[in-house]
Amino acid sequence: MNRIKDAFDKKQKNLLNVYFTAGYPSLHDTVPILQALSAAGADLIEIGMPFSDPLADGPVIQQSSTVALQNGMNLRVLFGQLAGIREQVPDTPILLMGYLNPVLQFGVENFCREAAAVGADGVILPDLPLDDYVAEYQPVFQQYNLRPVFLITPQTAPARIRRIDELTDSFLYLVSGPGTTGGASTQAEGVQEAYFQRIEAMQLRNPRLIGFGIGDKASFQKACQYAEGAIIGSAFIRALEGVDDAPAAASRFVASILS
Amino acid sequence: MTPTYQQPTERGYYGQFGGAFIPEMLYPNVEELRQQYLDILADPGFQQEYQLLLRDYVGRPTPLFEAKRLSEKYNTRVFLKREDLCHTGAHKVNNTVGQILLARRLGKTRIIAETGAGQHGVATATVCALMGMQCIVYMGEIDMERQKPNVYRMRLLGAEVRAAMSGSRTLKDATNEAIRDWISNPVDTHYIIGSVVGPHPYPDLVARLQSVISEEMRKQLLEKTGSELPQYVVACVGGGSNAAGAFYHFLEEPTVQLVAVEAAGHGIHSGHSAATSVLGKPGIIHGSRTLLMQDEDGQITEPYSLSAGLDYPGIGPLHAFLADSGRAHFISIEDEEALRAVAELSRLEGIIPALETAHALAALGQLGAGPDDVVVVNLSGRGDKDLETYIKYADSIM
Repeated sequence: MNRIKDAFDKKQKNLLNVYFTAGYPSLHDTVPILQALSAAGADLIEIGMPFSDPLADGPVIQQSSTVALQNGMNLRVLFGQLAGIREQVPDTPILLMGYLNPVLQFGVENFCREAAAVGADGVILPDLPLDDYVAEYQPVFQQYNLRPVFLITPQTAPARIRRIDELTDSFLYLVSGPGTTGGASTQAEGVQEAYFQRIEAMQLRNPRLIGFGIGDKASFQKACQYAEGAIIGSAFIRALEGVDDAPAAASRFVASILS
Repeated sequence: MTPTYQQPTERGYYGQFGGAFIPEMLYPNVEELRQQYLDILADPGFQQEYQLLLRDYVGRPTPLFEAKRLSEKYNTRVFLKREDLCHTGAHKVNNTVGQILLARRLGKTRIIAETGAGQHGVATATVCALMGMQCIVYMGEIDMERQKPNVYRMRLLGAEVRAAMSGSRTLKDATNEAIRDWISNPVDTHYIIGSVVGPHPYPDLVARLQSVISEEMRKQLLEKTGSELPQYVVACVGGGSNAAGAFYHFLEEPTVQLVAVEAAGHGIHSGHSAATSVLGKPGIIHGSRTLLMQDEDGQITEPYSLSAGLDYPGIGPLHAFLADSGRAHFISIEDEEALRAVAELSRLEGIIPALETAHALAALGQLGAGPDDVVVVNLSGRGDKDLETYIKYADSIM
C-alpha cells in the first residue's frame, strides 16, 4: 500500500499538502485538526513533530513548536494521539516531519515501528543526510513501508536530484527559493520559474510539490502551474493562532485555498 | 586513511562524533567548503598571506609566560600562553583571519557569524573591516546585555549586530539564527563559525586555524624548559576552539595530559550548568553529532554559565571524542571558583583574564601536578569585556 502514490494517481494536479505542528495550538488539537483538514479536502497532511531548534524553519513554525513543547507534546504523546486515526482518516497520506535528534533519542527503529502502526506513510527529516539515510536507515524505513521525502533547492545539483529521485517513491519537496519556511520569495522575477521548469524538464520518476513561501490561493495556484501541487505550513499555523475552534479554522483555511 | 585525534575521517567523524547533519539548503555551501578547504589551507599563497597577518596584524607569536607567583602557589611550573595579547583580546582572531581569506578565495562577499561572549563577533567584525567585507553578527539578546562593550566594538567596526530572540537568547540561538541566515543567502555568503562546532568541515577547519597556538607552544617550551612536551595542557571548553588549538599538536603525544575545563555554573547537578561532558548524551546540534545537553525526548536544554562564552549545550565533536575515549580529562568549574581565579591571576601576575579563561585557571588546584611538572594554561582571552560582571561580583572576587 502506498497512499502517497494513490493520492497522486487519483488527482494529478493541484494537490494541496498542509503542514501543522502536533500539539498546537493546544495539546489535543492534533487529531481534530487532522480530521478537519482531510474532510475539507487537503490531499496530503504533514504533521510537524516539534523540536527545540528547528533550523530550517522560520519564526512562525519555531513559535508553534515552542508552544507545542510547552503543551507537553513529544513523540510518545503524538503516537498515542494518532492511534486509531486510520479508522477516521483512511486514505489521506500522513507524513511526519521533524528533525533527526528527537527521532534518534526515541530510537529510529522504534520510531518507524510506531509510525507504521498508526498508519503514517512518509517521513520528512530535513537534517537527515542522504548518505546516512542510505547507509543506516533505508532498510528499516523499507521494512515499515515508510517513504522518505527529501528536499530539493535551487542549488541542488542535477546528479543529486537524480539520486534523490531514485531513493524514494513518494514525492519531491521542491523548496521554492532561498530561505526558511514562511518567508516571502526574494528572488527576481523569472528566476523561480526557470528553476521549476528546469526540474520539470528532468522528467523525474516522482511527482513534485512546491513548498516554502506558499501561503494563499494565489501563490498556491501559481505553484501548481509548475508542479503537481504545493505545500502550505506557516500560513496555516498563523490561521490557527488565537482561535477557539481549531478544526473550524482548518476547514476555513483549506476552503480559502481550494475554493 | 586511519582517523586520528587530529584528523577526522573524510565524512568528518572523530570516532562516533561529527558528520554533517544539515538541511539540503545548506548542502551545496558546506560541500563546496568541504571539497576546497584543505587545498586552500595548503596553498602557499594562502599560507603566506595568513602567516603575514598572524604576525603583523594579530601580533603572533604570542608569548609563553612563566607565571612564577602562580607556580609558587600551586607548587608546580605554570606557563601561560598569552592568547589574551592577540589583537582584539582573544584567540578567536586566529580563526577569523584564516576564514576571511578562505571566504575571499571562495568568491564570497558577505560574512555572517554567531557570537556568545562577543569575542568571536568582534574578531569577525575586525577582519571584515580589514578586508572591506559586509559583516552581520548574530548575538543572543541576553548576551548583548551582559557583554555590552563588545556590541559597541562590533558596531564601531562597521558590523551589524542582530539580536537572536528565540530560545534562551544566548549562543545556541545566535548560532541557529546565523544558520538560518545562511539558508536564506546561500550564494554570496560565508558563515565564519567561531568554534570547533557545526557540520564537517568546520570542526576540522577551525581546529587547524587555531592549531597555531600549540605549534608555538612546542617551540617556546623547548626554548624555556628544554622539552617540547609539557606534562599538562589546560584550556576551557565552551564549543572548544581555544582548547582545540592548545591541544592540537599534543593530541598524538600520549605523555601530555590534556585537561578540558567546562563551566559547571551553579554546580553540575544544580540544573544551571554547562558541563556537557558530564550532562550530555550523543545527539545532534548545529549539524554535528556530539555530546549534547538534552532531555529524554531529544529536545536541546538550556545551558547556564555566568560566562557567555561557555554556555553552549554541546561541545565540538573532537572534544566529545576526547572525552569519550579518555584522551582528555574533563573538569568542571563553578561560577564562584572561576570568579576567585580571576582575582587570583589579577593579583598574583597582574593579568586580568576573561571569565571563560578563568575556568581553566581555577582547575590548577585539581590537576595533581608535581613541583617538576610543566603545566601550560591557555590564557585564551583578557578580562576587559567582563569588567561589569567583575564589579557586580566584587564581593566574591575580592
